[in-house]
Amino acid sequence: MHYIVFVMSVAVRFDGVVKEFAGVRVLHDVSFELAAGRTYGLLGENGAGKSTLMKILAGYEPLTAGALHIDGSPRQFTGSREAEAAGIVLIHQEFNLAEDLTIAQNIWLGHEKKNRMRLLDDAAMRAGAAQALEQVGLRRDPDTPVRRLIVAEKQLVEIAKALARRARLLIMDEPTATLTSGETETLFALMAKLKAEGVTIVYISHKLVEVERTTDEVVVMRDGRFVAREPTSSLTRHQMANLMVGRELSDLFPPKDPAPPQSVAPLLVVGGLDVPGWVEGVDFEVRPGEILGFAGLVGAGRTELFEGLLGLRPHRVRRLELNGRPTRIRTPRDAADQGLTYLSEDRKGKGLHVDFGLRQNLTLMALQRYARPWLRPKAERRALADAVQRFGIRAGSTRVRAASLSGGNQQKLALAKVLHPEPKVVVLDEPTRGVDVGAKRDIYFLIQQLAREGRAVIVVSSELMELIGLCHRVIVMRARRAQAVLEGTHLTEQELIAHATGTRH
Amino acid sequence: MPLAPATEARLGWTHLPGLGPIVGLALLCLAGTLLTPDFATVDNALNVLNRTAFIGIIAIGMCFVIISGGIDLSVGSMAALIAGAVILLMNALGEKGWNSTSVVALGMAAAVLLGALFGMAHGLLITRGRIEPFIVTLGTLGIYRAYLTYFSNGGAITLENTLADAYGPVFYGFFLGVPVPVWVFIAVALAGALILNRTAYGRYVQAIGSNEQVARYAAVDVDRIKVRTYMLLGACVGIATLLYVPRLGSASPTTGLLWELEAIAAVIVGGTALKGGAGSITGTVVGAVLLSVISNLLNLTSIISVYLNAAVQGFVIIAVAFLQRPRR
Repeated sequence: MHYIVFVMSVAVRFDGVVKEFAGVRVLHDVSFELAAGRTYGLLGENGAGKSTLMKILAGYEPLTAGALHIDGSPRQFTGSREAEAAGIVLIHQEFNLAEDLTIAQNIWLGHEKKNRMRLLDDAAMRAGAAQALEQVGLRRDPDTPVRRLIVAEKQLVEIAKALARRARLLIMDEPTATLTSGETETLFALMAKLKAEGVTIVYISHKLVEVERTTDEVVVMRDGRFVAREPTSSLTRHQMANLMVGRELSDLFPPKDPAPPQSVAPLLVVGGLDVPGWVEGVDFEVRPGEILGFAGLVGAGRTELFEGLLGLRPHRVRRLELNGRPTRIRTPRDAADQGLTYLSEDRKGKGLHVDFGLRQNLTLMALQRYARPWLRPKAERRALADAVQRFGIRAGSTRVRAASLSGGNQQKLALAKVLHPEPKVVVLDEPTRGVDVGAKRDIYFLIQQLAREGRAVIVVSSELMELIGLCHRVIVMRARRAQAVLEGTHLTEQELIAHATGTRH
Repeated sequence: MPLAPATEARLGWTHLPGLGPIVGLALLCLAGTLLTPDFATVDNALNVLNRTAFIGIIAIGMCFVIISGGIDLSVGSMAALIAGAVILLMNALGEKGWNSTSVVALGMAAAVLLGALFGMAHGLLITRGRIEPFIVTLGTLGIYRAYLTYFSNGGAITLENTLADAYGPVFYGFFLGVPVPVWVFIAVALAGALILNRTAYGRYVQAIGSNEQVARYAAVDVDRIKVRTYMLLGACVGIATLLYVPRLGSASPTTGLLWELEAIAAVIVGGTALKGGAGSITGTVVGAVLLSVISNLLNLTSIISVYLNAAVQGFVIIAVAFLQRPRR
């Protein structure tokens, strides 16, 4: 058995890289180097520009200005194929596999081997695929359709695909987000092996514990700028977090108000909620003035729990009380009418009408208020002016489409929208996704303000710092169930990760 | 990570599709005036508008359906079946010796009601049955026309003479010198514009077409709004049919043939995107008028053969789509 041989590894230098999307600058003059054969942790909050920079490196996006040097010579890739030819492969967060094709077909997709008759040489491709699978330690028949694989296996197929293309620089975007702890260990072992073979690795992750374990150096980005490159061993996790946020973490969050006492009647009581396939028997309650967090890995069922509760997915619930009264919720309309609204984590797909104006977005959930029976645009415009003030939405004009706002301002508009019906209970799913640090701070203070007004606030988040900094209590979900409730001194990053990954019982 | 580029707002551009058809219509009218003295006369203008009324009224309902992200291919067959059913109903009531005026009034009401019921059936199949609107209405397109052909035995269903006389003025009558169908067309257009732009329902229709998922998450009762939209179109088909029946006083298997294409074409030429989300009633009216001005001009002049009418309209539709194609 002979393995694919890595001739040499690859070094990269970013030189003043600028990227703009339709005039909005998302990368500002980014300059740093990646030495050949080392493993780098690329850190930054959502929206820091990590993924965009890596897409430029892997040929998916052209840069607006600046230069990219590969092994000392300037390169401008016009597509991912060119980058792959140079040995640079990006493994996307959401995989790029054709589900109905087999493992072997996926591995050779776009690079199919042909025989002398110009027909596909299946035998050669199958053999090559088998070799690559052997290398990543995946014991599967190359003829298995990808659809039948579990997520961790798909991840390995992606890596095998990269190796079959002779990757010398491998970029992995949040590779462990959907893996169990055992699968994560397998991946780390593979990364060590690849490093020994001379592959340069860029590892993008939010999990500082993993970054600390697996990388030689960390590169930190913030708000589209390069912040620091330091040997991993020279930084504590706390220092990494501070570099990502750009200030002492404690300044980012408002001081916590005391949690409402147990004697206060809860605003929302949920008992025995099942969302088939996603959530089993979850119970929780939330009081006025309380900020309740939901933690868990991707796929743990957090978003699906609330989509089920709102009737957006099939669900069963044993006990449901709003404002102390038993009730039923069949549709988001039912929920809104009873004072419960939900901010989706998917801003463009479920949160905002990006083709609509700001006014139409803001008033959509409370439109009946403006219809008597004819809509009153004047009243809507007044409401928009108020919301722009209150939520600090920065827009060139109030007549633009929502698409033209920056991520942070879109998120503020989305928040204003779900708060417009004046809900008693509001569920905010990833409230600061894709938002810069300044807007994050604004949103955190807004969330505290909502709690102070006597609303019950539920925050679903993948950012542990956010949950720790903001919430009175955090429910950790794993494998469809609420595994633990953390509060007070138990509300720490280690405990959250331990319960979310199942390494603590 | 904001990967999808935040495209610049170009509200200026979104107004342009509303202006484009108007400019096109103006140019066409100018050309017509220069080509033949018969074009720019009051009689001809009223004639064109009168001919536009049926398609125009249906197109206004179709505009709502298309903005909501749907489509209805069945409107021509639906019009034929409604016409046949209403004529049979009126003849039956007439035989019982009912007074002609009330029979006609009842027949007109039945046309609108039947249209709304057909629309409701479409809406329920699409929402509750979760079937693509294209498929549902492709099915009913065949069903409606087949039933009309069956009821008429392949021939025509004809309105009794006395009833036809009583019904005549609904198509042939004038009010303040303008034909009745034109008045109805104007009324439906005004109502449509008001509903689309100034009611919560109209806003919801646009929201669903722009992004159904976002609308659902924003507590919009998507299914109910969709059903109402198909009912609205059905009612419009009913109104168009009740104006059409007295014109010939009969319904046959060729009644309303290809109306669906003409109505959809009017909506598209009027600047409404076939994928839904945004559109305008004004544009739709202009689109409908524009298409009938083309055929009117071909009739009045001999530059292009009348036989090529559909070809010219086809070229116009493609040209409009070309001008409105999304920018990369």
